[in-house]
Amino acid sequence: MNWRIRSLKKSPWVFHVNTGACNNCDIEIVDLLTPKFDVERFGIKLVGSPRHADALLVTGVVTAQAAPRLREIYRQTAKPCVVFAIGACACDKGIFYNGYHVVGPVDKIIKEIDPNAIIAYVPGCPPKPEAMIAGVVKALSVL
Amino acid sequence: MTDAAWSLLWIVVFPGFLFTSVLGLVASWVVRKVSALVQWRVGPPLMQPFYDIAKLLGKEILVPEDARRSVFMAAPLIGMAGVLLLATILWRTAIAQSAFVGDVIVVIYLMVVPSLALIIGGSASASPHAAIGTSREMKLVIGYELPLVLALIVVILKSGGQLNLSVLAQQTPVYSISGMIAFLASLFCVQAKLGFVPFDIAESETEIASGVLMEYSGPLLAVWKVMQALMLVALPLFLITVFLGGFGTTGWGLAWAIGKYVLVLVLVILIKNTNPRVRIDQAIRFFWVYCGGALVVAIILAAIGTHYGINWL
Repeated sequence: MNWRIRSLKKSPWVFHVNTGACNNCDIEIVDLLTPKFDVERFGIKLVGSPRHADALLVTGVVTAQAAPRLREIYRQTAKPCVVFAIGACACDKGIFYNGYHVVGPVDKIIKEIDPNAIIAYVPGCPPKPEAMIAGVVKALSVL
Repeated sequence: MTDAAWSLLWIVVFPGFLFTSVLGLVASWVVRKVSALVQWRVGPPLMQPFYDIAKLLGKEILVPEDARRSVFMAAPLIGMAGVLLLATILWRTAIAQSAFVGDVIVVIYLMVVPSLALIIGGSASASPHAAIGTSREMKLVIGYELPLVLALIVVILKSGGQLNLSVLAQQTPVYSISGMIAFLASLFCVQAKLGFVPFDIAESETEIASGVLMEYSGPLLAVWKVMQALMLVALPLFLITVFLGGFGTTGWGLAWAIGKYVLVLVLVILIKNTNPRVRIDQAIRFFWVYCGGALVVAIILAAIGTHYGINWL
Protein backbone atom coordinates (compact mmCIF):
# COMPACT_ATOMS: atom_id res chain seq x y z
CA MET A 1 0.00 0.00 0.00
CA ASN A 2 1.08 3.55 -0.69
CA TRP A 3 2.79 4.94 2.45
CA ARG A 4 1.27 8.37 1.88
CA ILE A 5 -2.26 7.00 2.06
CA ARG A 6 -1.35 4.73 4.99
CA SER A 7 -0.04 7.59 7.12
CA LEU A 8 -2.96 9.78 5.99
CA LYS A 9 -5.35 7.18 7.40
CA LYS A 10 -3.56 7.32 10.73
CA SER A 11 -3.85 11.09 11.12
CA PRO A 12 -6.65 12.71 9.11
CA TRP A 13 -6.78 16.39 10.07
CA VAL A 14 -10.16 17.83 9.21
CA PHE A 15 -11.31 21.25 8.08
CA HIS A 16 -14.97 22.21 8.29
CA VAL A 17 -16.56 23.92 5.26
CA ASN A 18 -20.13 25.21 5.36
CA THR A 19 -21.55 25.77 1.87
CA GLY A 20 -25.00 26.95 2.88
CA ALA A 21 -26.13 24.38 5.44
CA CYS A 22 -28.98 25.04 7.88
CA ASN A 23 -26.44 24.67 10.75
CA ASN A 24 -27.78 21.31 11.93
CA CYS A 25 -24.99 19.27 10.37
CA ASP A 26 -22.47 21.83 11.68
CA ILE A 27 -23.75 21.36 15.22
CA GLU A 28 -23.42 17.59 14.82
CA ILE A 29 -19.84 17.98 13.56
CA VAL A 30 -19.00 20.13 16.58
CA ASP A 31 -20.62 17.40 18.70
CA LEU A 32 -18.36 14.85 17.05
CA LEU A 33 -15.27 16.79 18.12
CA THR A 34 -16.21 16.98 21.81
CA PRO A 35 -14.42 14.88 24.45
CA LYS A 36 -17.40 12.49 24.59
CA PHE A 37 -16.51 10.93 21.23
CA ASP A 38 -12.75 11.69 21.56
CA VAL A 39 -11.81 11.35 17.89
CA GLU A 40 -8.20 12.23 18.79
CA ARG A 41 -7.88 8.51 19.56
CA PHE A 42 -7.78 8.01 15.78
CA GLY A 43 -5.56 11.03 15.19
CA ILE A 44 -8.45 13.16 13.93
CA LYS A 45 -7.86 16.82 14.73
CA LEU A 46 -9.73 19.98 13.75
CA VAL A 47 -7.35 22.45 12.06
CA GLY A 48 -7.89 26.11 11.33
CA SER A 49 -6.53 26.30 7.79
CA PRO A 50 -7.37 24.19 4.68
CA ARG A 51 -3.63 24.02 3.91
CA HIS A 52 -3.13 21.82 6.97
CA ALA A 53 -6.17 19.65 6.25
CA ASP A 54 -6.39 16.09 4.91
CA ALA A 55 -10.17 15.87 4.93
CA LEU A 56 -12.75 18.52 4.15
CA LEU A 57 -16.03 18.09 6.01
CA VAL A 58 -18.44 19.82 3.62
CA THR A 59 -21.99 20.53 4.79
CA GLY A 60 -24.89 22.09 2.91
CA VAL A 61 -26.24 22.33 -0.60
CA VAL A 62 -23.71 24.32 -2.57
CA THR A 63 -25.33 27.70 -3.20
CA ALA A 64 -24.40 29.91 -6.13
CA GLN A 65 -22.49 32.15 -3.72
CA ALA A 66 -20.63 29.29 -2.03
CA ALA A 67 -19.56 27.33 -5.13
CA PRO A 68 -16.50 29.46 -6.07
CA ARG A 69 -15.39 29.44 -2.42
CA LEU A 70 -15.70 25.66 -2.23
CA ARG A 71 -13.60 25.31 -5.40
CA GLU A 72 -10.99 27.69 -3.97
CA ILE A 73 -10.83 25.82 -0.66
CA TYR A 74 -10.44 22.51 -2.51
CA ARG A 75 -7.55 24.00 -4.51
CA GLN A 76 -5.94 25.29 -1.31
CA THR A 77 -6.02 21.87 0.35
CA ALA A 78 -2.75 19.97 0.05
CA LYS A 79 -3.21 16.71 -1.88
CA PRO A 80 -3.77 13.83 -1.25
CA CYS A 81 -6.99 14.73 0.51
CA VAL A 82 -10.48 13.32 1.04
CA VAL A 83 -13.79 15.20 0.76
CA PHE A 84 -16.61 14.16 3.08
CA ALA A 85 -20.09 15.27 2.02
CA ILE A 86 -21.90 15.43 5.38
CA GLY A 87 -25.70 15.37 5.42
CA ALA A 88 -28.48 14.83 2.90
CA CYS A 89 -28.05 18.28 1.31
CA ALA A 90 -24.34 17.84 0.67
CA CYS A 91 -24.88 14.33 -0.70
CA ASP A 92 -27.81 15.07 -3.02
CA LYS A 93 -29.27 18.55 -2.37
CA GLY A 94 -31.93 17.16 0.03
CA ILE A 95 -35.13 19.20 0.29
CA PHE A 96 -33.60 22.07 -1.68
CA TYR A 97 -33.60 19.90 -4.82
CA ASN A 98 -35.24 22.46 -7.12
CA GLY A 99 -34.00 25.58 -5.36
CA TYR A 100 -33.21 28.51 -7.67
CA HIS A 101 -30.02 29.27 -5.72
CA VAL A 102 -28.64 25.71 -5.66
CA VAL A 103 -25.80 24.76 -8.00
CA GLY A 104 -24.57 21.69 -6.05
CA PRO A 105 -24.36 18.98 -4.90
CA VAL A 106 -20.83 18.91 -3.48
CA ASP A 107 -19.45 16.08 -5.64
CA LYS A 108 -20.47 17.86 -8.86
CA ILE A 109 -18.63 21.05 -7.89
CA ILE A 110 -15.50 19.21 -6.73
CA LYS A 111 -15.40 16.94 -9.79
CA GLU A 112 -15.53 19.99 -12.06
CA ILE A 113 -12.01 20.93 -10.98
CA ASP A 114 -10.61 17.50 -10.03
CA PRO A 115 -12.25 14.46 -11.69
CA ASN A 116 -10.15 12.07 -9.57
CA ALA A 117 -11.16 13.54 -6.20
CA ILE A 118 -11.89 11.08 -3.41
CA ILE A 119 -15.42 11.82 -2.15
CA ALA A 120 -17.24 10.00 0.66
CA TYR A 121 -20.91 10.46 1.51
CA VAL A 122 -22.49 10.48 4.98
CA PRO A 123 -26.27 10.89 4.51
CA GLY A 124 -28.72 11.88 7.22
CA CYS A 125 -30.64 15.00 8.21
CA PRO A 126 -28.53 15.59 10.22
CA PRO A 127 -26.29 12.49 10.52
CA LYS A 128 -25.52 11.51 14.10
CA PRO A 129 -21.87 11.71 15.24
CA GLU A 130 -21.89 7.90 15.37
CA ALA A 131 -22.96 7.81 11.71
CA MET A 132 -20.12 10.18 10.82
CA ILE A 133 -17.58 7.99 12.64
CA ALA A 134 -18.96 4.95 10.78
CA GLY A 135 -18.73 6.83 7.47
CA VAL A 136 -15.17 7.98 8.10
CA VAL A 137 -14.06 4.48 9.13
CA LYS A 138 -15.68 2.89 6.05
CA ALA A 139 -14.22 5.51 3.71
CA LEU A 140 -10.72 5.18 5.17
CA SER A 141 -10.82 1.36 5.03
CA VAL A 142 -11.42 1.34 1.26
CA LEU A 143 -8.77 3.96 0.45
CA MET B 1 38.93 14.92 9.71
CA THR B 2 37.86 12.66 12.56
CA ASP B 3 37.14 15.79 14.60
CA ALA B 4 34.78 17.02 11.91
CA ALA B 5 33.13 13.59 11.72
CA TRP B 6 32.64 13.58 15.49
CA SER B 7 31.10 17.05 15.44
CA LEU B 8 28.77 15.95 12.64
CA LEU B 9 27.78 12.90 14.68
CA TRP B 10 27.10 15.16 17.66
CA ILE B 11 24.85 17.43 15.64
CA VAL B 12 23.07 14.89 13.43
CA VAL B 13 22.75 11.72 15.48
CA PHE B 14 23.28 11.57 19.19
CA PRO B 15 22.29 14.54 21.22
CA GLY B 16 21.47 16.55 18.14
CA PHE B 17 18.80 16.07 15.51
CA LEU B 18 17.83 12.39 15.60
CA PHE B 19 17.84 11.84 19.36
CA THR B 20 16.32 15.20 20.29
CA SER B 21 13.57 15.08 17.68
CA VAL B 22 12.50 11.56 18.70
CA LEU B 23 12.54 12.63 22.35
CA GLY B 24 10.64 15.81 21.48
CA LEU B 25 7.97 13.94 19.50
CA VAL B 26 7.48 11.57 22.43
CA ALA B 27 7.26 14.63 24.72
CA SER B 28 4.63 16.15 22.43
CA TRP B 29 2.69 12.88 22.70
CA VAL B 30 2.94 13.21 26.51
CA VAL B 31 1.53 16.76 26.23
CA ARG B 32 -1.43 15.57 24.16
CA LYS B 33 -2.04 12.46 26.26
CA VAL B 34 -1.96 14.32 29.59
CA SER B 35 -4.23 17.04 28.17
CA ALA B 36 -6.62 14.27 27.10
CA LEU B 37 -6.55 12.71 30.57
CA VAL B 38 -7.24 16.12 32.13
CA GLN B 39 -10.31 16.39 29.86
CA TRP B 40 -11.43 12.84 30.78
CA ARG B 41 -10.63 11.35 27.35
CA VAL B 42 -8.42 8.52 26.15
CA GLY B 43 -6.15 10.55 23.88
CA PRO B 44 -3.95 9.67 20.91
CA PRO B 45 -1.70 6.58 20.67
CA LEU B 46 2.06 6.82 21.32
CA MET B 47 2.94 6.79 17.61
CA GLN B 48 0.55 9.65 16.76
CA PRO B 49 3.18 12.46 16.43
CA PHE B 50 5.27 10.18 14.17
CA TYR B 51 2.24 9.40 11.97
CA ASP B 52 1.53 13.14 11.77
CA ILE B 53 5.08 13.92 10.61
CA ALA B 54 5.10 11.01 8.12
CA LYS B 55 1.77 12.13 6.69
CA LEU B 56 2.89 15.77 6.36
CA LEU B 57 6.09 14.65 4.60
CA GLY B 58 3.98 12.83 2.00
CA LYS B 59 1.77 15.78 1.11
CA GLU B 60 2.31 18.45 -1.51
CA ILE B 61 3.80 21.89 -0.81
CA LEU B 62 1.51 24.76 -1.73
CA VAL B 63 3.07 28.21 -2.00
CA PRO B 64 0.67 31.19 -2.09
CA GLU B 65 0.74 33.22 -5.30
CA ASP B 66 1.80 36.48 -3.64
CA ALA B 67 4.30 34.91 -1.24
CA ARG B 68 8.05 35.56 -1.41
CA ARG B 69 8.90 32.01 -2.39
CA SER B 70 12.55 31.68 -1.27
CA VAL B 71 12.01 33.27 2.14
CA PHE B 72 8.79 31.30 2.64
CA MET B 73 10.65 28.03 2.01
CA ALA B 74 13.78 28.98 3.99
CA ALA B 75 12.09 30.22 7.18
CA PRO B 76 11.22 26.81 8.72
CA LEU B 77 14.74 25.53 8.00
CA ILE B 78 16.30 28.60 9.66
CA GLY B 79 14.12 28.06 12.72
CA MET B 80 14.93 24.38 12.96
CA ALA B 81 18.68 25.00 12.51
CA GLY B 82 18.58 27.51 15.39
CA VAL B 83 16.82 25.14 17.78
CA LEU B 84 19.09 22.27 16.72
CA LEU B 85 22.20 24.32 17.60
CA LEU B 86 20.60 25.33 20.90
CA ALA B 87 19.82 21.70 21.79
CA THR B 88 23.31 20.54 20.82
CA ILE B 89 25.01 23.22 22.94
CA LEU B 90 22.85 22.37 25.96
CA TRP B 91 23.36 18.59 25.58
CA ARG B 92 27.11 19.08 25.22
CA THR B 93 27.16 21.04 28.47
CA ALA B 94 25.31 18.18 30.14
CA ILE B 95 27.17 15.22 28.63
CA ALA B 96 30.70 16.39 27.83
CA GLN B 97 30.94 19.42 30.18
CA SER B 98 32.35 21.25 27.18
CA ALA B 99 31.36 24.88 27.58
CA PHE B 100 32.96 28.17 26.60
CA VAL B 101 32.87 31.56 28.29
CA GLY B 102 29.82 33.52 27.16
CA ASP B 103 27.75 30.56 25.96
CA VAL B 104 24.86 31.88 28.07
CA ILE B 105 24.71 34.85 25.70
CA VAL B 106 24.82 32.53 22.66
CA VAL B 107 21.97 30.49 24.13
CA ILE B 108 19.85 33.61 24.71
CA TYR B 109 20.32 34.58 21.06
CA LEU B 110 19.61 31.07 19.78
CA MET B 111 16.38 30.94 21.75
CA VAL B 112 15.07 33.94 19.77
CA VAL B 113 15.81 32.28 16.41
CA PRO B 114 12.60 30.15 16.22
CA SER B 115 10.40 33.17 16.96
CA LEU B 116 12.32 35.22 14.39
CA ALA B 117 11.88 32.42 11.83
CA LEU B 118 8.14 32.36 12.55
CA ILE B 119 8.00 36.14 12.03
CA ILE B 120 9.95 35.90 8.75
CA GLY B 121 7.86 32.98 7.46
CA GLY B 122 4.58 34.55 8.48
CA SER B 123 5.36 37.86 6.81
CA ALA B 124 6.62 36.14 3.65
CA SER B 125 3.37 34.21 3.21
CA ALA B 126 1.33 37.28 2.20
CA SER B 127 -1.74 36.27 4.18
CA PRO B 128 -3.72 38.73 6.33
CA HIS B 129 -4.21 36.17 9.09
CA ALA B 130 -0.49 35.40 9.11
CA ALA B 131 0.20 39.14 9.25
CA ILE B 132 -1.90 39.45 12.40
CA GLY B 133 -0.14 36.42 13.85
CA THR B 134 3.26 37.88 12.96
CA SER B 135 2.51 41.18 14.65
CA ARG B 136 1.36 39.32 17.77
CA GLU B 137 4.48 37.14 17.75
CA MET B 138 6.69 40.25 17.57
CA LYS B 139 4.93 41.84 20.54
CA LEU B 140 5.15 38.58 22.45
CA VAL B 141 8.92 38.37 21.83
CA ILE B 142 9.31 41.95 23.08
CA GLY B 143 7.20 40.94 26.08
CA TYR B 144 9.03 37.83 27.28
CA GLU B 145 12.64 38.64 26.43
CA LEU B 146 12.88 41.22 29.24
CA PRO B 147 11.90 38.90 32.13
CA LEU B 148 14.00 36.07 30.68
CA VAL B 149 17.16 38.21 30.66
CA LEU B 150 16.36 39.60 34.13
CA ALA B 151 15.96 36.03 35.42
CA LEU B 152 19.34 35.09 33.95
CA ILE B 153 20.89 38.15 35.66
CA VAL B 154 19.66 36.74 39.00
CA VAL B 155 21.38 33.42 38.30
CA ILE B 156 24.57 35.07 37.07
CA LEU B 157 24.67 37.33 40.16
CA LYS B 158 24.32 34.30 42.44
CA SER B 159 27.19 32.52 40.68
CA GLY B 160 29.46 35.54 41.21
CA GLY B 161 29.34 36.85 37.64
CA GLN B 162 30.00 33.67 35.66
CA LEU B 163 28.93 33.57 31.99
CA ASN B 164 29.59 29.86 31.55
CA LEU B 165 26.81 27.29 31.35
CA SER B 166 28.72 24.43 32.96
CA VAL B 167 29.60 26.70 35.92
CA LEU B 168 25.96 27.82 36.20
CA ALA B 169 24.91 24.15 36.12
CA GLN B 170 26.97 23.49 39.28
CA GLN B 171 24.70 25.62 41.49
CA THR B 172 21.00 25.18 42.26
CA PRO B 173 19.53 28.70 42.51
CA VAL B 174 15.99 27.38 42.87
CA TYR B 175 16.68 26.64 46.57
CA SER B 176 16.73 30.39 47.31
CA ILE B 177 13.95 33.00 47.27
CA SER B 178 15.34 35.04 44.37
CA GLY B 179 16.17 31.88 42.39
CA MET B 180 12.65 30.54 42.90
CA ILE B 181 11.12 33.80 41.60
CA ALA B 182 13.48 33.74 38.61
CA PHE B 183 12.63 30.07 37.88
CA LEU B 184 8.87 30.71 37.93
CA ALA B 185 9.17 33.80 35.71
CA SER B 186 11.30 31.95 33.16
CA LEU B 187 8.86 29.03 33.24
CA PHE B 188 6.19 31.46 31.97
CA CYS B 189 8.66 32.72 29.33
CA VAL B 190 9.25 29.13 28.20
CA GLN B 191 5.48 28.66 28.00
CA ALA B 192 5.30 31.67 25.68
CA LYS B 193 8.30 30.49 23.62
CA LEU B 194 6.67 27.08 23.14
CA GLY B 195 3.51 28.84 21.95
CA PHE B 196 1.32 27.01 24.48
CA VAL B 197 -1.92 28.25 26.03
CA PRO B 198 -2.26 30.89 27.65
CA PHE B 199 0.38 32.44 25.35
CA ASP B 200 -0.60 30.82 22.02
CA ILE B 201 -1.74 34.23 20.80
CA ALA B 202 0.37 34.16 17.63
CA GLU B 203 -1.07 30.91 16.28
CA SER B 204 -4.50 30.81 17.91
CA GLU B 205 -6.33 28.25 15.77
CA THR B 206 -9.86 29.22 16.69
CA GLU B 207 -9.31 32.94 16.23
CA ILE B 208 -6.93 33.65 13.35
CA ALA B 209 -6.76 30.16 11.77
CA SER B 210 -3.28 29.12 13.02
CA GLY B 211 -1.90 32.62 12.36
CA VAL B 212 1.76 32.49 11.39
CA LEU B 213 1.61 28.85 10.22
CA MET B 214 -1.57 29.35 8.21
CA GLU B 215 -0.13 29.13 4.68
CA TYR B 216 2.30 26.29 5.37
CA SER B 217 1.47 22.81 4.11
CA GLY B 218 3.06 19.41 3.70
CA PRO B 219 6.81 18.97 4.38
CA LEU B 220 7.28 22.64 5.36
CA LEU B 221 4.63 22.28 8.05
CA ALA B 222 6.36 19.06 9.13
CA VAL B 223 9.59 21.06 9.61
CA TRP B 224 7.72 23.53 11.83
CA LYS B 225 6.25 20.65 13.84
CA VAL B 226 9.68 19.04 14.26
CA MET B 227 11.04 22.45 15.31
CA GLN B 228 8.38 22.71 17.99
CA ALA B 229 9.19 19.17 19.14
CA LEU B 230 12.89 20.08 19.39
CA MET B 231 11.94 23.15 21.45
CA LEU B 232 9.97 20.92 23.78
CA VAL B 233 13.29 19.28 24.70
CA ALA B 234 15.68 22.22 24.42
CA LEU B 235 13.77 24.78 26.52
CA PRO B 236 13.11 22.56 29.57
CA LEU B 237 16.76 21.46 29.28
CA PHE B 238 17.76 25.12 29.43
CA LEU B 239 15.67 25.64 32.59
CA ILE B 240 17.22 22.53 34.17
CA THR B 241 20.77 23.62 33.28
CA VAL B 242 20.39 27.15 34.58
CA PHE B 243 17.99 26.87 37.53
CA LEU B 244 17.67 23.26 38.70
CA GLY B 245 21.30 22.26 39.12
CA GLY B 246 22.14 20.84 35.72
CA PHE B 247 21.36 17.62 33.86
CA GLY B 248 23.38 14.80 35.43
CA THR B 249 24.24 11.91 33.10
CA THR B 250 25.77 9.24 35.36
CA GLY B 251 24.13 6.80 37.76
CA TRP B 252 21.47 8.28 40.02
CA GLY B 253 22.16 11.70 38.54
CA LEU B 254 20.51 10.55 35.31
CA ALA B 255 17.35 9.35 37.08
CA TRP B 256 17.26 12.63 39.04
CA ALA B 257 17.72 14.59 35.79
CA ILE B 258 14.86 12.73 34.07
CA GLY B 259 12.74 13.52 37.14
CA LYS B 260 13.56 17.23 36.73
CA TYR B 261 12.64 17.09 33.04
CA VAL B 262 9.31 15.42 33.81
CA LEU B 263 8.66 18.03 36.52
CA VAL B 264 9.20 20.94 34.13
CA LEU B 265 7.09 19.22 31.44
CA VAL B 266 4.23 18.53 33.88
CA LEU B 267 4.30 22.16 35.10
CA VAL B 268 4.09 23.38 31.50
CA ILE B 269 1.21 20.98 30.69
CA LEU B 270 -0.73 21.96 33.82
CA ILE B 271 -0.39 25.68 33.03
CA LYS B 272 -1.50 24.86 29.48
CA ASN B 273 -4.62 23.02 30.60
CA THR B 274 -5.84 25.32 33.34
CA ASN B 275 -5.72 28.69 31.61
CA PRO B 276 -7.63 30.40 28.81
CA ARG B 277 -5.83 32.31 26.08
CA VAL B 278 -4.89 35.88 27.06
CA ARG B 279 -4.99 38.95 24.86
CA ILE B 280 -1.71 40.40 23.63
CA ASP B 281 -1.95 43.49 25.89
CA GLN B 282 -2.62 41.25 28.89
CA ALA B 283 0.41 39.13 27.99
CA ILE B 284 2.73 42.13 27.73
CA ARG B 285 1.42 43.59 30.99
CA PHE B 286 1.92 40.21 32.66
CA PHE B 287 5.52 39.91 31.47
CA TRP B 288 6.67 43.49 31.92
CA VAL B 289 4.77 44.65 35.02
CA TYR B 290 4.24 41.50 37.11
CA CYS B 291 7.17 39.26 36.06
CA GLY B 292 9.46 42.26 35.58
CA GLY B 293 8.53 43.76 38.96
CA ALA B 294 9.01 40.46 40.78
CA LEU B 295 12.36 39.97 39.06
CA VAL B 296 13.64 43.42 40.06
CA VAL B 297 12.92 42.42 43.66
CA ALA B 298 14.67 39.10 43.01
CA ILE B 299 17.75 40.86 41.63
CA ILE B 300 17.95 43.11 44.71
CA LEU B 301 17.59 40.07 46.98
CA ALA B 302 20.26 38.18 45.03
CA ALA B 303 22.64 41.15 45.20
CA ILE B 304 22.13 41.47 48.97
CA GLY B 305 22.48 37.71 49.38
CA THR B 306 25.77 37.44 47.50
CA HIS B 307 27.19 40.57 49.17
CA TYR B 308 26.53 39.35 52.72
CA GLY B 309 26.90 35.65 51.93
CA ILE B 310 23.27 34.70 52.73
CA ASN B 311 22.56 31.74 50.44
CA TRP B 312 18.81 31.44 50.93
CA LEU B 313 18.03 35.00 49.77
